[in-house]
Amino acid sequence: MTEKTQSTHQDAEVHVVKPPVYLAIFFALLVLTALTTGISFIDLGVFNAVIALAIACLKASLVVLFFMHIHYSSRLLKLTVAAGLFTFMLLISLTMTDYISRAWGMF
Amino acid sequence: MDSPSIATTPHELGSSGLPHAHDHPAFMRHHFEDIGQQREAASFGMWVFLLTEIMFFGGLFCAYLIFRNWYHPAFVAGSNTLDITLGTTNTAVLIGSSFTMAMAVYSAEMRRKGQLVLFLVLTILLGGVFLGIKAVEYHQKYVDHHIPGMNFSIQEFVHPTNPKAIPLAPDMAEKTQLYFFLYFAMTGMHALHMIIGIGLLLFMVARASRGAYTAGHVIPVENFGLYWHFVDIVWIFLFPLLYLISRYR
Repeated sequence: MTEKTQSTHQDAEVHVVKPPVYLAIFFALLVLTALTTGISFIDLGVFNAVIALAIACLKASLVVLFFMHIHYSSRLLKLTVAAGLFTFMLLISLTMTDYISRAWGMF
Repeated sequence: MDSPSIATTPHELGSSGLPHAHDHPAFMRHHFEDIGQQREAASFGMWVFLLTEIMFFGGLFCAYLIFRNWYHPAFVAGSNTLDITLGTTNTAVLIGSSFTMAMAVYSAEMRRKGQLVLFLVLTILLGGVFLGIKAVEYHQKYVDHHIPGMNFSIQEFVHPTNPKAIPLAPDMAEKTQLYFFLYFAMTGMHALHMIIGIGLLLFMVARASRGAYTAGHVIPVENFGLYWHFVDIVWIFLFPLLYLISRYR
């Protein structure tokens, strides 16, 4: 537990996530996997891609927040993850705004 | 871990007269104030590495989105040759391995050596099952002549055997090679990350069984956990993009 890691930095306090939390996230991820596979067999037009990617984002958020402890982490680490997502979104969205305006096909 | 430093001033020799006579665990590095700061720095460093990995896989995802947009019919046809049952099973297996890895971090935190070794071994086994299923899928692609550059055949896409499939014109059918190229590049890079991960896990099992991580030094387990969960997240996005979003209605 935390008694061995006494810290003068309040931000760096170590939080040990308990197994029930991991178990709950594990089952949530399995349910979402079954859900996304099930939905893919229903014809929803463009919304098939939208829903599949939305569920993937939800699953990734659960992994980052709980398995990777970001929910319990310092603001420095939260900001680091946010910076990564922001840079990735720049890569995707700026590239896509170029293609959408001159050579757009189908999704 | 720490090599004894050479004391140069009387001050550094301390009251005992021996070099390096201060009270901190052997795994704590001298340039940190305390264990908490060392853990924070280690996590931060690992996350910065993972950000470079996001951009690395991000480039592949970006290429996939653009070419899927350009050659949509070819990507739909290619996507439907994948086995959705194997894909879903593999997703569940990988999520399971992330769970066992999270439990390994917890075991190290609680200083339970046997439990830590058990969960690390379970993570290796589940990772192995994932790679095994992936190998079955790759072999099927080889049998079907769907590996780009290796006797690739567009037969299945021009004259589909599946009655629901829409036949493609030969020039569009050639573009399925692009789908399979990206399929092998993305899942192959993902599999390479898992192979490296399993190698590190084997090393960690050997060290963990000698009690290296259950005396307070959980940073290696924790940081490897971050890597393993990141590889899981990459698959969480590969699975819908490659397998799911263009099933035949």
